[in-house]
Parts: sequence; structure tokens; C-alpha cells
Amino acid sequence: MLHLILFLFFGAICVAGAINLLVQSHPINSALSLIVVMASLAAEYLLLGAEFVAAVQVIVYAGAIMVLFVITIMLLNAGAEERTKGSRVAILIGIPGVVIGAVLVAWTLIGRSSTTQSVSIGALWGDPKSIARLLFRDFLLPFEVTSVLILIAIMGAVVLASRPKAVARGARKDA
Amino acid sequence: MPAPHGNTKDISLSITTFIIISIIKSLAVVGVLLTAVAYSVWLERKVSAHIQNRWGPTRVGPFGLLQPLADGVKFIFKEDLTQPHVYKPLYIAAPIIAMVFAITSISVIPFGNWVTVGPWGTYLQITDLNIGLLVVLGITSMGVYGVALAGWSSNNKYSLLGGLRASAQMVSYEVSLGLSLVGVVIMAGSLSLREIVDAQGGVFWHFIPRWNIFHGQTLGFFIYLISAYAETNRTPFDLPEAESELVAGYHTEYSAMKFAMFFMAEYANMVTVACLATLLFLGGWHGPIFGPPILQAVMPVFWFCLKVFFFMFLYVWVRWTLPRFRYDQLMAFGWKVLLPLAIANIVYTALVVALRAQYPGRFF
Repeated sequence: MLHLILFLFFGAICVAGAINLLVQSHPINSALSLIVVMASLAAEYLLLGAEFVAAVQVIVYAGAIMVLFVITIMLLNAGAEERTKGSRVAILIGIPGVVIGAVLVAWTLIGRSSTTQSVSIGALWGDPKSIARLLFRDFLLPFEVTSVLILIAIMGAVVLASRPKAVARGARKDA
Repeated sequence: MPAPHGNTKDISLSITTFIIISIIKSLAVVGVLLTAVAYSVWLERKVSAHIQNRWGPTRVGPFGLLQPLADGVKFIFKEDLTQPHVYKPLYIAAPIIAMVFAITSISVIPFGNWVTVGPWGTYLQITDLNIGLLVVLGITSMGVYGVALAGWSSNNKYSLLGGLRASAQMVSYEVSLGLSLVGVVIMAGSLSLREIVDAQGGVFWHFIPRWNIFHGQTLGFFIYLISAYAETNRTPFDLPEAESELVAGYHTEYSAMKFAMFFMAEYANMVTVACLATLLFLGGWHGPIFGPPILQAVMPVFWFCLKVFFFMFLYVWVRWTLPRFRYDQLMAFGWKVLLPLAIANIVYTALVVALRAQYPGRFF
């Protein structure tokens, strides 16, 4: 019972943070709302029993990636955005679209409730050992291939971000 | 209602007793932490004074021992200035964020073994999680926001530069800090702080304690120590508040209790980091136990506190001995020296552990 209350509580915070993210006009407020969303998602994972994922969610998303977001906003000194009324097309098509999508998802889930299983809160086994067993034994190859993929992405980012020396020298000559 | 991840001995308690014991433990731990913070400031002032051939605080109480109280009263009664150019919501939230995360991280730190008082028994720890180490890392990684937001919301170039430096530095050194702990985790085979300490019991070669610092993790210990100094923004890594260039860095615009909260958060972080170093590398509460039963019950906590005190003293000692890094040196050191060393430490530890599993008895 306590778990359910907490689960609903953090779910509400998560949705509220997501809405606030969209409503706020200042980038730093939006970034902070995103942190709230990440942190409350972590709390949800924790309540479901996926402790390791919860901790990683906080460390990686809330603690590292969002710090980089905040640094970027601070460095660019991005000011408050202008508020527009939005396009009429977005309102006319978007809102019914969202409603239809939500109804479709709910209808599908309810219609298939006989074939899907419900998971009681705290029943998932998400302790570090079982995750490690999955990653380093059962799915070792995909895991390692993914890490190589990420490494390639990092190297690509470095190459794209750094100007070649000749170009940099040329640019200085022009100036 | 069963607690899914509590330890088995707590489950046997009724829910009311459990809650009462938890509240008592939380209050006691936070009380001790805040007292420790206050007296770390006293220690810092006293030791720095003696290093510089001065006396330090002497007037308030014997040896100036009541100085922290006087400072607290002063902070409370000082005028709380809020400059008109600050961004108010975040300006007010920043010290609270810093303080909350600094205090929360103590919640999974174990101080000693199982104790029994009358019919009730409990671990000397607010709560034992099987991901305790990750929880501490997660909470400390969130602490960056306090500093970063303080710098940004002050709308002041010195504060902004301080906040930027702090967040860049903390994110960079968090990588090597986290990786330096992996060796310990591999050795213990667990992320629970209690189990990591339990794995360090006993001695090898008949006299050397089986603490991780003596047991293959010496390199990891020094990487952790250096990264921890950078994480807590202490000299030689105190560029976020380098007073010769940035006035006071991210807390330039703060006064009275808001400033005090940053101050307390910094020292609370130091205590947490010192606790973690003790637990992970110096065997936690393990130490020689002797004497009558009542003394034996207290000894583990005493050893723990002694080791933490050693780290706090080391902090002060280093601060008043070493000069500050240059910023490029700081970044180059973090990414080009500490990070490769930390990765090498992981590879080495993993290799030794794997070999030990393969050929039992050949590798101590």
C-alpha cells in the first residue's frame, strides 16, 4: 500500500515536471524540470525493484548529462524565450492527435490484458548481480559491440568539433 | 507489509518499532554529522593557525571550542542580503539543494556493526541498501547543481565563472572517482557498503590488516583521494572559489545563513567523502578490539571515527600546504593522468581476481 502511494506520488511528480518543462519559457527552468523528471523516474524504478537501473539513471542522466545541459545553458547565457500562441494547425491537429493516440494505447493495453502479466511492485529483479550476469554473460557480444559503437560516436564528435589545423591557421590569416 | 530490500533482522521488527528506530537513527546521524561539520571548521581554523605559527580561535571557551556556536549565532543574526540583480527562485534554491544533497548522502553510510539495546537491535546505519555505493555516488553527483545554480542565478561574472569551473571540475573528476571505486567493488563482489567492509576483515601475513589499501587497492586509494579533493572543491582544486581571481567564486553574492549553508554543505561533503574512504579502503570499523564488553561494543565506532578524523585532518593539512593548480593543469591531470590510471587499476584488479578464481591459493 505504501509502495503504491509512493509510486503514484512520484508518477505525479514526473508528469508535473514534464508539463513544467514545456510550459517554462526559460531554458534553465526547463532543464531543471527535466532533472526532476529523471529523478522521479529513478524513484519509480527503485519502487519497482530495479535498483541498479535507478542508481544509474540518477548518476548518468540526472548527475552527468543534465549537468552538461546546465553548463551549456550557462555558457550560452540563453535568455527567456519569446512566447507565441502557437500555430493553429498544431492546436487543430495536435490535440485531437494526442487524444486519439492515448486512447489507442489504452485500448490496446486493456484489450490485451489477458495476455500480458501484471508485475507487482518491487517484484522485478534488478539487483546489480543479475544485471551484470545479463550484460557480461548472456548478452556479452551485443553489449561489447554497443560500447564500440559509442566509442565511434565519441570519436566522431571529437572530429566534428575540432577544426583541422590547416583550416584554423587559414581562418586566422583571413582575420 | 514486508520491506523488500531491508536487511532480514529489521523485517522481524514491527512496523512501528522500525519507524521509531529509523527516526532515532536519522536524528542521531544528522545531529552527529552537523556537529562534526561545525567542529571540522574549528579544526580547520586551529590547524591552519598552527601551520602558520598562529593561535587560531582561543577566546570563546577552552581552546576556542565554543567558536562554532558563536559563528552559528553570527550567521543567523547577520543581514541576509539579496541583490536586486539575482534570479530569485534559483538563488534561494541553490544553497538548499547543496545542503540537502550533502546531508542525504550520509544516510547509507554504516558506522559500525549490529548493536542491541534491550529487546531491540539495529545496524549502526540509517539504511542498508545493496546499491549503497551507487546511492552515495548518485547523491553526490546531484550536489553539483547547488554550486552551478548558485553561480548562474547570482548574475555576476565571478559567480558564473566559479559555478562553471565547479561543474566542469566535478563532472570531470567524478569519472575517475567512480572508476577508482570499481577495483574495490570487484574485490568485495558487492555494492553494499556493509558487505564491502565485511570483506576487509582479518589479516594477511599474520599482521597486515586485510584493508583494501594494503590489499591491492593502493593505487585506487590514491586516485580516490585526489579525485575526492577535487569533488569537494578543496585546495589544491579549489578553483571554483579561487579568491585571488574570483572574489569568492560561486558564493560571492551570498551572505548570512545562505552562505553558511554552502559552507556547511562543503564540510558535510568532506565528512561523507572521508567516511567513504574509510569504508572502502581503510577497513571501516575494523581494528583491534579488546577490553571489557562495554568497551568492545564501542571500539568499532571509535576506530571508524578515528579513521574519518585522520582524513579530515589530512584535508586541512593538504589545504594549508599545497598551492592551487592552474585550470589547464587541473583538466589535463584529471583526464590524462587520473583517468588512465583508474582504468589500469580496474584491468589489474580484474585480472588478479580472475587469476585467483582460476588458481586458488596461489595469489594472496
